[in-house]
Parts: sequence; C-alpha cells; structure tokens
Amino acid sequence: MITKRIIPCLDVKDGRVVKGVNFKGLNDVSSPVELGKYYSECGADELVFYDITASSDGRRLFTDILREVASNIFIPLTVGGGINTVDDFDRVLKCGADKVSVNSGAIKNPELITEAAKKYGNQCVVISADIKRVNGEFRVFAKGGREDTGIEAIGWIKRCVQNGAGEVVVNSIDTDGVKGGFDLEMLKPICEAVNVPVIASGGAGCAEDFVKLFREIPDIDAGLAASIFHFGEVKISDLKELLNKNNITVRI
Amino acid sequence: MLAIIDYGVGNLFSLASSFKAIGEQAIVTGDIEVIRKADKLILPGVGAFGDAAEKLRQKGLDETVKNEALSGKPLLGICLGMQLLFEKSYEYGEHAGLGLIKGEVVPMEGAIPQNLKIPHIGWNALKFTKSSPLFKYIKEKDCVYFVHSFYAENCNDALIAVSEYGKPITAAVQKDNVYGCQFHPEKSGAVGLNILKAFCEME
Repeated sequence: MITKRIIPCLDVKDGRVVKGVNFKGLNDVSSPVELGKYYSECGADELVFYDITASSDGRRLFTDILREVASNIFIPLTVGGGINTVDDFDRVLKCGADKVSVNSGAIKNPELITEAAKKYGNQCVVISADIKRVNGEFRVFAKGGREDTGIEAIGWIKRCVQNGAGEVVVNSIDTDGVKGGFDLEMLKPICEAVNVPVIASGGAGCAEDFVKLFREIPDIDAGLAASIFHFGEVKISDLKELLNKNNITVRI
Repeated sequence: MLAIIDYGVGNLFSLASSFKAIGEQAIVTGDIEVIRKADKLILPGVGAFGDAAEKLRQKGLDETVKNEALSGKPLLGICLGMQLLFEKSYEYGEHAGLGLIKGEVVPMEGAIPQNLKIPHIGWNALKFTKSSPLFKYIKEKDCVYFVHSFYAENCNDALIAVSEYGKPITAAVQKDNVYGCQFHPEKSGAVGLNILKAFCEME
C-alpha cells in the first residue's frame, strides 16, 4: 500500500529560507540547497518550496536556486508561490519541480487549473487552500490568509478537483501556528468530498499530532509542517518510527 | 557513455541529475548516431502512450531503440518508457509498443477496488518476484515513488517486482538485457539511485 507522506515546507524569500532554521551540522541554515539536501537525506517523502518573494528580481533568483535544489535532491519536489499563469508552471517545471501548487492564482482565474492540467497532467497540479471558519462555514482566504474571498471551501475544492487538480493541500488558518494539532474537523469533510490525495497542513505541534491525524482520518495522504521540523522539535526519522509503531504505513 | 533518449516527452532534468549524482556520465540526446555509440540506454517518458509512441516513431527512434536492445545493449525504460517496451497499450484506444517484452498496458480503473485513488501516486514497497541484477543494491520492501494510471499486465515471464495497490501491480520487469521500472528511480531517494547504479554496472 501507499505510505503516508511526511512533508516539510520551506518558505523562500529573496533566495533564502526564512523562519530562523536551526540545525546541527548545517553550515548555512538559510540555504535552500543545504536544507533541501538535509531533509531529502533524513527521510522526508517530498519537499515543498514556497516562494514568498514579491519582486521580479527575487523571483528570478528563486528560479535559479530551484534548479540547484532540484539537481541535488531525489525525492518529489512541489513548488508554490506566485503561480498565476501557465507560463509560471512552465518556469518552475523546467527547473525540475514535479508538482506545482496554486492558491491565489486559481482564485483569480479558476481556468488556470483546467489549462495547466490539460498541458501537464492532473498529477502535476496541486490546489492549495487557506481555510478559516467564518459564521459557521469554511471559507477560502486569499493573499496569504489575509483576505476573506467569501467562497465556501468544500465546494471550491470540489470544483478545483473537477477542473483537474490532482492533489489538495488544506491549510487551516484556525489551527496554523497554534501547535495544538491538525484541524481534523475541517479535514474530514474535505477528504470525503474528493477522490484525490489530501495533504493536511497547519497545527502540528508534536509527533503525536501526526499519529492522531492518520488514525482519525485514514484517508488522509500526508501531513505537512514547517516550524516543528525546522526548529528540530520533531525529527522526521523519530516521527516515522513512532508512526510505524502505531501501525501507520510509512517509508523508513 | 549512457544515453538518455530525448524524444520530446517530459522533462529529463531530474534523470540527468541523478546519473550525475552517482558519478555516471550521461548524455541527453535524440541523435541516432549518439544512441548507437552509447553503451547503455535509458528510455524515459511521461504523458500519454499513443502520443509518446508516435513521437518515437516520427524521429525514427523506435527502430533504433529496438535494434540496439536486440543487439544486447542494456536498456532501461522508466515509467511510460517502461510501458513502451511492451507489445501494446489500451490507453485511450489501442496503440502498438516496441514489443521488446511480452505483455500489454491496461487502465487501473476497473482493475483495482473503487475506493483506491487513481493515479497511483506516492511511495510504495517493492516485492520481488524474481531475482534480478537491477536489485543488487536494494532489498525487498524498499519503497519507490510511483505516478501512473495504467499498468502492465500479462507479463509474468518478465516480471521481477510488484507493488501492492488493491492487487499486485507490475513495478519492474526484465527480459535479458531489457529492463523496465514503472516507478521513478530518479525520484525514489537513495533506493532509486541504487537501482540506477546497478543498471550502470551492467554489461
């Protein structure tokens, strides 16, 4: 059977990884190449690189660095941030990305998913949604979680999948940064609504949160986190051992 | 020198990088002369079978690959490149493959339980069905990375490994000097690199 995936996410700004990463044995903790290699070698099943650069110079730099990251890691690589057109897909795929994650770009232009899926295949297109509870419903937020789009989230994700998105990342704004565990209440109905892989993001505070995630929602495919991995609070090898002990199939 | 056959299907960046990582000289080429001179061949591929088979034919590479393989040169097909080694595929119609290995490519839809997601994407464990020099540096239950919606069937003679996904799915095949992996060794971490390394040592 397919193993459950553990995915570290790295935010890159102006060519450097942000969020004060601290690892022993790494000379340059903000080098995307060094960190990518580190994660790839210590058992991460996939890496997500998120470009949070605003300037076009920064974007060019990101593309150069991406090429270097991709030539040094041999696990699947997903790239997101600033993906607004099919040309953006082309730009990052040519640098060695395997999947491209779209968020605000798909809200502005839902056709983007259809066009990209037609050109590169569904497996290449990931819809990433920032979701928050508003008046008792799940709403999609744009602009890095700052703007309420008024769009109901579950219907939105279903439409994205119908249009050709081959994977879904659910980032709960409500649990993000709280470190109290994944947003199971939000993830469950989304998992039931679509038949493509769903990745949980937002809220992981300790290794046990992943056990709970995969136990309570057996259909979830992966858990994504940033800070708990970056700060060394959870080591991926230890996490996988714990999952394995709990009879959750992982790649060891 | 190892040649990665470029026939305009998919991105060969990761594949070229992985040979570099194991210290193997590899050239990405669609040139028939270069392919003839190479001592090993990689047939990659992503996308649709019919389209890829047609592109291979248009460039005259189908005959070249076939002749080189029949002359005994080690050949490794990866993902769609593995599927092309078979006699035919039923992916959106019926298309002829290279016919180097007996068997056919069929949809996973309808062949596996409905609750399983298609494409089969992710890391899955290998189960060896026969010993093969391709597995020299890896062991049973090692995980490799898959992305596919069609799979090879009726190829028991050449079958060397399967992965369980509702049923045993063809993961790797070998007929003499012709090898194929349904998964992506260039995306399968150290295990994948070790498979490529074993292939590079073949003569």
